Amino acid sequence: MYIQTGVRTVKIVKSAQAGSLESCDILISVDPAKEGSGIKINLESPAKTQFGDLILSEIKEVADRLEITDVKITAIDKGALGYCIKARAETALRRGAGE
Amino acid sequence: MKFVKNKVGRSIPEELNGKKLIPFTGKGKGPYKERKYAPKIRRTSPGDGKVLKSLREAIKKGGLTNGGTISFHHHFRNGDFLLNMVCHEIAKMGLKDIRLVPSSIQPINNELLPYLEKGIITHINCGTSGKIADAISRGKMDGLLTIRSHGGRARSIENGDVEIDIAFIASPTSDEYGNINGVHGKYACGSLGYAMPDAHFANFVVAVTNTLVPFPNNPISITQDHVDCIVLLKKPIGDPAGIVSTTLRVTRNPKNLKIARDSIEVIKASGLLKEGLSYQSGAGGTALAATQYLSEYMKAKGIKGSFGMGGATEALVKMLEDGLFEAVLDVQSFDTYAVQSLLNNPKHIEMGASQYANPLSSGCAVNLLDTVILGCTEIDTKFNVNTSTESDGRIMHGMGGHQDTSEGAKLTIIAAPLLRGRIPIVVDDVVSVNSPGENIDVVVTERGIAVNPESQYFELLTKAKNLNIKSIEDLKKEAEKLIGGKPKKPKVTDRIVAIIEYRDGSVLDVIYQIKN
Amino acid sequence: MSKKSTKRIDDTPVNRLRRTRLYIPGNNPAMVQNAVVYGADSLIFDLEDSISLDEKDSARHLISNALLTLDFEDCEVTVRVNSLDTEYFIKDLEAVVPAKPDGLLLPKTQSFDELIRVDNLISDIEEKYDIPIGTVKLMPIIESAKGVLNAEKIAEAPRVIALGLGGEDLVADIGAKRTKLGRELDYISAKIILACAVSKIQAIDTVFTDVNDTEGLYEATLRAIELGFQGKSVIHPSQIEHVHRAFSPSQEEIERALRIVKAYKDAKKKGLGVVSVDGRMVDLPVVRRSEKILKWAEASQHKI
Repeated sequence: MYIQTGVRTVKIVKSAQAGSLESCDILISVDPAKEGSGIKINLESPAKTQFGDLILSEIKEVADRLEITDVKITAIDKGALGYCIKARAETALRRGAGE
Repeated sequence: MKFVKNKVGRSIPEELNGKKLIPFTGKGKGPYKERKYAPKIRRTSPGDGKVLKSLREAIKKGGLTNGGTISFHHHFRNGDFLLNMVCHEIAKMGLKDIRLVPSSIQPINNELLPYLEKGIITHINCGTSGKIADAISRGKMDGLLTIRSHGGRARSIENGDVEIDIAFIASPTSDEYGNINGVHGKYACGSLGYAMPDAHFANFVVAVTNTLVPFPNNPISITQDHVDCIVLLKKPIGDPAGIVSTTLRVTRNPKNLKIARDSIEVIKASGLLKEGLSYQSGAGGTALAATQYLSEYMKAKGIKGSFGMGGATEALVKMLEDGLFEAVLDVQSFDTYAVQSLLNNPKHIEMGASQYANPLSSGCAVNLLDTVILGCTEIDTKFNVNTSTESDGRIMHGMGGHQDTSEGAKLTIIAAPLLRGRIPIVVDDVVSVNSPGENIDVVVTERGIAVNPESQYFELLTKAKNLNIKSIEDLKKEAEKLIGGKPKKPKVTDRIVAIIEYRDGSVLDVIYQIKN
Repeated sequence: MSKKSTKRIDDTPVNRLRRTRLYIPGNNPAMVQNAVVYGADSLIFDLEDSISLDEKDSARHLISNALLTLDFEDCEVTVRVNSLDTEYFIKDLEAVVPAKPDGLLLPKTQSFDELIRVDNLISDIEEKYDIPIGTVKLMPIIESAKGVLNAEKIAEAPRVIALGLGGEDLVADIGAKRTKLGRELDYISAKIILACAVSKIQAIDTVFTDVNDTEGLYEATLRAIELGFQGKSVIHPSQIEHVHRAFSPSQEEIERALRIVKAYKDAKKKGLGVVSVDGRMVDLPVVRRSEKILKWAEASQHKI
């Protein structure tokens, strides 16, 4: 909510990660990607059948909000709720953007 | 296939693989047969020896053919080598289309997977877990998995729904005439309760042991008159480390501790926690914590119970030793402490599976339970409980004595977290029904306690001031709010891979092969 | 488990029931999302001591998202931000204030002037996000000798509704020895309680660090109540019931409080200036304390 949106697009300049493999958490890693390659997310989750699409949309939503267009994301989910997934995505992406 | 809807709203085929199915119509029904099954009469004459040197000899002597049925107990749990050894031997002998009737399949049995795929094992009757369960979900076994409760298994063997050709009994000790106990020797596992119906009703009974003791073995759990031969093996039949735990761990998770404590508060509020209490709980971390809270409370108030039952654990046995129970009835001993107690304490009583939970008998022990604390993988707004399938549709577990104790006990408490990770436990409809809602009185979660409006304790419990009572609908909504919606339903094919029987032999639910 | 009606003494943030404030490490999702279930009156999501320097950002994001998304029912929700003199402070505020917690705990507070600065910073953020100015309250933690000596002024600062005591740091700062009984904090406690009484805000006692010593915690809480603390901070859910047990008044206390409150109401109705109970004169502070005892009694009827 406190994130300010602007017109620029934000670049992922380095590999970074956030979160953990503890129960109820998610480990999200981000890597720089070529311009125009889009947001690619690789998800591992014990609840992939039930929540896979939702988790992907939650991560994507954060990337969109931060105006990141090109990034490779790997997410290993351990049963995290939506608020946690969004928080971890935000931390990982901001770290990757060099903040 | 023609389908009928049973009492819990599940569509059950009228017939499956040429066998008529009885749809579940509510608890307390049956028997659906007039007489018990009668096994073959065998003769052992004076001078006949019973000790054999190999499993193959025993399999041949028992006359196993293609399509035959063999049974096992799971008292060695994840330290059991016998089930695998026998199946390997059968495969080598070129037999196929075998029906397995173990009392449970454990992860150690994962190595049997190729036999499912090759048609050597085509039917399994029991609760399964691990890779075998997963393979069955994916349609890798030709025949059916039949999931029964402990009492239902005993009933199916006694009424002949299952006819056992050979029962293989892993025996911690046996004498040369087939008197077996589970409390002595390197492979001591305690109670042999689940093997008893097999010993009494199989057409041929094989005791397999590494420890032959002089006649007569003492004490005797399974007697010589039921045992046709003893296979004395050098190769170990089990791994002591996998058979019993040295200590089961009480949960330290504050959420589970809260659930455990509130479960005991429910028992207090029900009025059952008084002199003469009879109690059962499982061996999971939360159940153990509940038993500990119960023990502290009974000690503080000077309440003396009647009996504790179930998987016997150190926690339960300590209550016996502290004089909080008159007796422990033990169908299965979970830890070394319980095994030692069964050996040494006359108030610790071994109990067969039928005596424990067979509904179609002249009276089983679960009927005398005041209260039981059970778990679940899901519970729905009709209080139907799922213990067998994950919310993605895969078979993952058996059901133990869930149906038996929940029907028998006056007050059945389901103790479970509202969510596991992001998976909701309280849902609109469970993926599969293992215990019907009519058996369940209360569900205790960390976020509130829901009482079944059909429960005789509804008024009493919903009025209790110290309980955080909510409706089951509200609990479900709370779960959905936390996870941000409902989980997607599993995608399945139209092939039935498993049926879930009620303890009386009627059918509660069927499980379909999952897609992909 | 407490029920809805019991958490608030009245609707004002100052007078809210605050027997227990449960610390939750701010970067642990399993603990954050379950914090609400243990029956604590108040929750403190910690961004400070329990978070390592390289995880300050992730804890901040996690708590901000948690506050925006999760329902904490009738628990008071607060965040312990990093102290004003750190590089994290302003980032913490920017992340947390828009999510409208009931309050912020300010560690290592030493002076009135600091609080004026913090008040201004929060007002700016509130304004930017269309939150009524003054929504987010402050609960300074006094953890230094200087803070203790300035307690009176600190208690008077805007937004401040409670003062907490950071026992461990304080004892080190004054060069005393930390003991189980906590005699070394007697004067400091009394001073902070006095400062709070003057400003009509609450004083909350420090944590009891030995999680396994539940009787020790109970005794320590009884002592804290005798001194005049309105609550105790706890570091583990298992401590909550023991603190609440200490706050549960005796039947005798409840009955006396009932008589006092009734006598006061009767006197008021009759327009009498003097209230008398059991043959003794009773003044307004005694009535107020009796009301508080009845609230504690009401809250204690519910489990935990």
